[in-house]
Amino acid sequence: MNKLTLELAGDCHVIGKRRFAAPPEAVYRAHTEAELMQKWLFGPDGWSMPVCISEPKPGGRLRCEWSDGQGNGFYLTGEYIELEPYSRIVHVERMHLPDPTPDNRVETTFQPDGNGTLLTLRMTLPDEQARAAMLATGMEEGMEASYARLDKQIRR
Amino acid sequence: MPDLDTAFSALADPTRRAILAKLAEGEATVMELAQPFAMSQPAISRHLKVLEGAGLIVRRVEGTRRPCRLAPDAIRQIDQWLDMMRAALAKNYDRLDSVLAAMQSEKEQENE
Repeated sequence: MNKLTLELAGDCHVIGKRRFAAPPEAVYRAHTEAELMQKWLFGPDGWSMPVCISEPKPGGRLRCEWSDGQGNGFYLTGEYIELEPYSRIVHVERMHLPDPTPDNRVETTFQPDGNGTLLTLRMTLPDEQARAAMLATGMEEGMEASYARLDKQIRR
Repeated sequence: MPDLDTAFSALADPTRRAILAKLAEGEATVMELAQPFAMSQPAISRHLKVLEGAGLIVRRVEGTRRPCRLAPDAIRQIDQWLDMMRAALAKNYDRLDSVLAAMQSEKEQENE
């Protein structure tokens, strides 16, 4: 079962779980090496991550810039706090939309699971203002646009 | 618009989640809600106050009764945020599957 689950957990936390058919070392590297991160970490279709800076060591910088190729974009900055190679990453991040959202502490763990890896993502839930800003990034618009297209096709 | 932090704190309690599940079936009074939980009415009233403060339920006055029901906006707001995150992460992780597969086959070629 490789399907993502994303659930509320207690006060203001969200926990995501996902299995991968690759060992923890590979999944961990794909989360910390900039050139690998740029290949997958960009949300809906149509977006990309032209800039990625990742210094995976305690206190190291993290910066990701996203673009929809039509002049819209936003970026994230953060710092690594703790790293246990191939098993656990703790970092803090904030989105700039363009005002920075409150710092979000994210813990990512990589557990061996048969021949693969179970990834667990634990993050703080953004407050309402940050959430509204995130919804306004255009990611949701992208989804809306596809629904609108579908709607048009159905009506034909 | 209810504050999302307050809403999530309200949802953290299992009794309050059970109250919301019960209210999903329709409007209910404090007495009706207290019954299945083996809790006193004042205890249930305290939970209802938290849920009301978080904007998750609304209450109306009907004579001496004050029946409660779900506030659809608050629940929808939380679902909407989770749906957006779920969609974005699912896309990311599907792509990561391909990245990992490519890493694996590169490694195998190196070993040959």
